[in-house]
Amino acid sequence: MKDAFGAPQSLLVLGGSSEIALATARRLVARRTRRVYLAGRPSPALDAAAERLRGLGAEVDTVVFDALDPASHEEVLGKVFAEGDIDAVLLAFGVLGDQAHDEQDPMAAVRVAQTNYTGAVSAALVCGAALQRQGHGSLVVLTSVAGERARRENFIYGSSKAGLDAFTQGLGDALHPCGVHVMAVRPGFVRTRMTAGRPEAPLSTTPEAVAAAIESGLRRRAETVWTPTALRPVMSALRHLPRPLFRLLTTPR
Amino acid sequence: MPVPLAPATAPVTGWGRTAPTVARLLRPGTYEEAVAAVRAADARGTIARGLGRAYGDAAQNAGGAVLDMTALDRIHEIDAVGGVITCDAGVSLHRLMEVLLPLGWFVPVTPGTRYVTVGGAIGADIHGKNHHVSGSFSRHVRALELLTGDGETRVVTPQDDPELFWATAGGMGLTGVVLAATIQLQSVGTTLMTVDTERAADLDDLMARMTATDHRYRYSVAWIDLLARGARTGRAVLTRGDHAPLEALPPRARRDPLAFRPRRLPAAPRLLPDGLLGRTTVGLFNELWYRTAPRERRGQLQRLAAFFHPLDGLPEWNRIYGRAGFVQYQFVVGHGQEETLRAVVERLAAHGCPSFLAVLKRFGDGDPGWLSFPMPGWTLALDIPAGLPGLAPLLDELDQQVAAAGGRVYLAKDSRLRPDVLAAMYPRLDDFRSLRARLDPRGAITSDLARRLAL
Repeated sequence: MKDAFGAPQSLLVLGGSSEIALATARRLVARRTRRVYLAGRPSPALDAAAERLRGLGAEVDTVVFDALDPASHEEVLGKVFAEGDIDAVLLAFGVLGDQAHDEQDPMAAVRVAQTNYTGAVSAALVCGAALQRQGHGSLVVLTSVAGERARRENFIYGSSKAGLDAFTQGLGDALHPCGVHVMAVRPGFVRTRMTAGRPEAPLSTTPEAVAAAIESGLRRRAETVWTPTALRPVMSALRHLPRPLFRLLTTPR
Repeated sequence: MPVPLAPATAPVTGWGRTAPTVARLLRPGTYEEAVAAVRAADARGTIARGLGRAYGDAAQNAGGAVLDMTALDRIHEIDAVGGVITCDAGVSLHRLMEVLLPLGWFVPVTPGTRYVTVGGAIGADIHGKNHHVSGSFSRHVRALELLTGDGETRVVTPQDDPELFWATAGGMGLTGVVLAATIQLQSVGTTLMTVDTERAADLDDLMARMTATDHRYRYSVAWIDLLARGARTGRAVLTRGDHAPLEALPPRARRDPLAFRPRRLPAAPRLLPDGLLGRTTVGLFNELWYRTAPRERRGQLQRLAAFFHPLDGLPEWNRIYGRAGFVQYQFVVGHGQEETLRAVVERLAAHGCPSFLAVLKRFGDGDPGWLSFPMPGWTLALDIPAGLPGLAPLLDELDQQVAAAGGRVYLAKDSRLRPDVLAAMYPRLDDFRSLRARLDPRGAITSDLARRLAL
């Protein structure tokens, strides 16, 4: 059960080797979390992540989970929930893709969309239903500021996150009366392996800062979390820029 | 996905309004309906709930059923000569006072609110300002009817089944649903109190006064200003008293010495801004409270409700903490552990916890309840806004100090304790767990508190 400060005792991470997810898990384990499930494709990185969390005192299991195989989600995730209540689910998987390449390779673009959107929709629905049966719990979904307004340089990724963000908001409203808390987290540019080598955007942040924002959002039962928080007014302004001006600002010269 | 909700499904919180969870709310009007509800419990189980004054998650049951017991409110029998009452568990102490005071009887123990039920009083094994004289509530319970997880109803007395009785006293409703109880009452001549008030300059002064003279009073409690620092750390207003005898009343009051008509203001509004109770406002309030209290006043006559239940005058006062809600932290440390108490008070003052009406009480002997909170020593209770930065780790740190000193925190107030600290605080925890496993292998009785702390 979560305590009065929204700190979960058990955590399921989808995308178990994501750096943001691990920073969050570390932070939550330092508070109350004792049971962690790391779901993802089997990899040395996933095992290393599990080992690291065990070192912090958590009981950790890895779960074989593939976002691109939505038909398996019900069974794979159902097994996790059958073992006991999950107080918080962190949906953190996603791929950035390679925009320039993917524009030339539609099937690669579709894989980005299937991972970030379709796979997330299926996993979120499965987890949402399980949380509803429990009568409590939080579903934290990592979307992105890239979904707030499409940009020339990452609109395949951005559109998948836009879809996921809209889905998350709707799911939050659907599950609100059932006692399930759904929170969309919209980070800006986060310095991780996924973004390594890419030009840094203004207001960039770190996995640790996103983790702190998630912990605080859980405490406040926030429904939308911008991180850093300054992104909210910035994006709200950008959103209303006329297209020609926006193009001028965001198209690399 | 989201199936249409049954009409009786609702989010439930404790008095602190933190960590809501959703459960099916059932309101049995008869014992048979209560039995049926327990027998029908699924894997998520069921828990009894009274008036919801436990601060944390004791009367919540996510995904399961919550039995609102307040419809079971019949008074069965009053022995007006011997001072014994038998009533349903859903009867409130407020109702008992309305019924009993005109007969010259009073509840044996009352907490800071009258709006708790008899069942809740047993489940939390509540204490009051008279703990140093009268112990906790269960000491005065002669028998209770308990509906256990197997759907059977048993009469439990401390003589015939001490195990089950003392597991139930303070057992947070987890041994079963209390349906009815027989309680020994306290006789009173009037509904007025004679009250002595004095100010203590700091914590040492306060503890010295309480140690020296608490035994002269039936009721004793101190309010501490936890925002005062330096030499004034732990400054307090000590109020102690007893029921006023008839001859102490002025002639007009003697005409109706057993009158009980407590006044209540309109309820606090539903939507109040967050942060009303910050360091500035609470600091001002505490300053005023301390300054306006008399340095020393003897024999003041006070109405019973004003003496015992000042906050009951403002219904739904918990709303003043805003949406984030609040936590109450109450712990006890034994005699000889005054250093720990002092360290905790200093730590709270240094952190600047905006806590108005922190309360210090000197407990007398404890009772045998397995998870019963009181033990001989000092108990401090304080309310803190849940949104206060750094509060969660601060309280964890205090837990460690309290546990290391052989003390404990009060489960009826708790909403945030770590499960691994619990065993050190409650030595009979394992007995409690194995009794529950024996009594209710199906897990028909459970709560969010039980899940959080693995009770």
